[in-house]
Amino acid sequence: MKTLGPMIEKAGGVFLLPVAIAILAFVLIGAPSSWLTLTVAGLSMGLMLFLMASGLSLVFGLMDVLNFGHSAFVSFGAFVAATVLAWLGGWVGADSIFLNALALIAAISAAIVFGAAAGWFFERVIVKPVYKDHLRQILITMGALIVAEQLILATWGGTPTNVPRPQFLEGAIILGGSSLEVYRLFAFIVGVVVYAGIYFLLNKTRIGLLIRAGVENREMVEALGFRIDRLFIGVFMLGSALAAVGGAMWAGYETLITPALGAEMMVIVFIVVIIGGLGSIQGTLLGAIVVALMQNYVGFLAPKLALASNMLLMMAILLWRPSGLAPAVK
Amino acid sequence: MSLLSIRNMDVSIGQYAVLHGLTLDVPEGGVFVLLGRNGAGKTTTLRSIMGLWDRPAGSVTFRGEDISSLHTSDIARKGIAFVPENMGIFGGLTVAENMVLATANGKFDPARLKRVYALFPALEQFWNKQAWSLSGGQKQMLAVARAIIEPRDLILIDEPTKGLAPTIIHGMGEAFKDISQSTTILLVEQNFAFAKSLGRDMAVIDDGQVVHTGSMADFAADTALQDRLLSLSMEEGA
Repeated sequence: MKTLGPMIEKAGGVFLLPVAIAILAFVLIGAPSSWLTLTVAGLSMGLMLFLMASGLSLVFGLMDVLNFGHSAFVSFGAFVAATVLAWLGGWVGADSIFLNALALIAAISAAIVFGAAAGWFFERVIVKPVYKDHLRQILITMGALIVAEQLILATWGGTPTNVPRPQFLEGAIILGGSSLEVYRLFAFIVGVVVYAGIYFLLNKTRIGLLIRAGVENREMVEALGFRIDRLFIGVFMLGSALAAVGGAMWAGYETLITPALGAEMMVIVFIVVIIGGLGSIQGTLLGAIVVALMQNYVGFLAPKLALASNMLLMMAILLWRPSGLAPAVK
Repeated sequence: MSLLSIRNMDVSIGQYAVLHGLTLDVPEGGVFVLLGRNGAGKTTTLRSIMGLWDRPAGSVTFRGEDISSLHTSDIARKGIAFVPENMGIFGGLTVAENMVLATANGKFDPARLKRVYALFPALEQFWNKQAWSLSGGQKQMLAVARAIIEPRDLILIDEPTKGLAPTIIHGMGEAFKDISQSTTILLVEQNFAFAKSLGRDMAVIDDGQVVHTGSMADFAADTALQDRLLSLSMEEGA
């Protein structure tokens, strides 16, 4: 037993948790095809949650800002993407993969631009006056979430909005008796690509180095000669844009969205960030995958526990690791 | 002309007034030591010079230029480096990444890097290790190395010997002597033996004001003055 701990740590430590959960689920579920379907669904959902939550984690880590309005960007991303896809209905439903892809790129690009612009406005007007005051941050950002929800209600109406899916993302692939939705595989790939991009940004560029250093000690970054407040705006816009992309992907996943989407996602996004460890992108990815896998497996094995599973998971992980699974070094 | 001049600086933290009209002149060259009891305002003085408190009253001039209203990053770019009491190491970054952040454009001057390696050989050995895994002494070396990897006119160092083993303290002292040949050091120190061995000039702060200033040699020779100004908190042999 004495050597087991270091061995696990060497093999990946907490990052093996999703593997352990998947193996346990495989034993409990019994049917490999069901397990594969649930695992792919969990991974794709996890990557979408990662997109939504990564910005929140970075913003908290770097700026010490508790942004309860973060999920407003998820909502806006979802509705903007849905609107663009509806405008480009001809391309979305065309038999041409090229036109399908163009419509999708346009929808995601619109979500990114809108998310980044909304993030800039949000940081300058709402968050900047309440830096260093957590209570006011909570109050004003929750208020902003309500205002954002009402804005969506006024613009898109209260009835659920249909989200057309590009033709090439419809259908499923049958693999070993498992039905794997193409859209879920696509969402997984998008999530992996975005994670790789963020990883590259944070680990291979000077800006990323500054962000990682700023998450640990803002004051020292400034004492080394860098304007961290300018970095704040960039990170906030990046985080908002990522949330909007997550929202756009989620909209395609659900195919029917309501103005309450942001408020609904807020709880799960916070659970992901808290489980993963604040300020850590790897932690956020880990938290997102763990949460999504658990939700899918528990939903299958014990549907009545599905709603409570995330809360129970968060409680268990915080009892084990009070700072989350892989927090940023502070 | 002094390298750094502070005039009538008032700093309050919350409802507590920490500095009251503090006035200090730091001449160019050598090590200038700031002594004082715990809570006298030494750390606050260094942080105020770096602009790390919200706009203190009074003025701070560096090479004749008023820097009191500048942003911390602009103060750093004037050629002032800061080594805080907690060292300010980025633990999740490697030693190399910590050092890169302290360079002006992300590139090392080979001669300066060679000098860093010569002063602190352990840093070369642990160059690609994450900084959290370093010992306390190695972290302090890294903190000081960051301050000298670019040319600086003034380095503010806050209690660098705190918690370090005597052999490490000795090595640190040798490094400071070398650094002070080309850069002025403003050193806050509780270890009087260490301060005495390095300081050319000194000042004592008490209750947020400078109560004595002069040469370290004179101060070190006047035990009655030391007793009166520093009393219980200074540790002669620590």
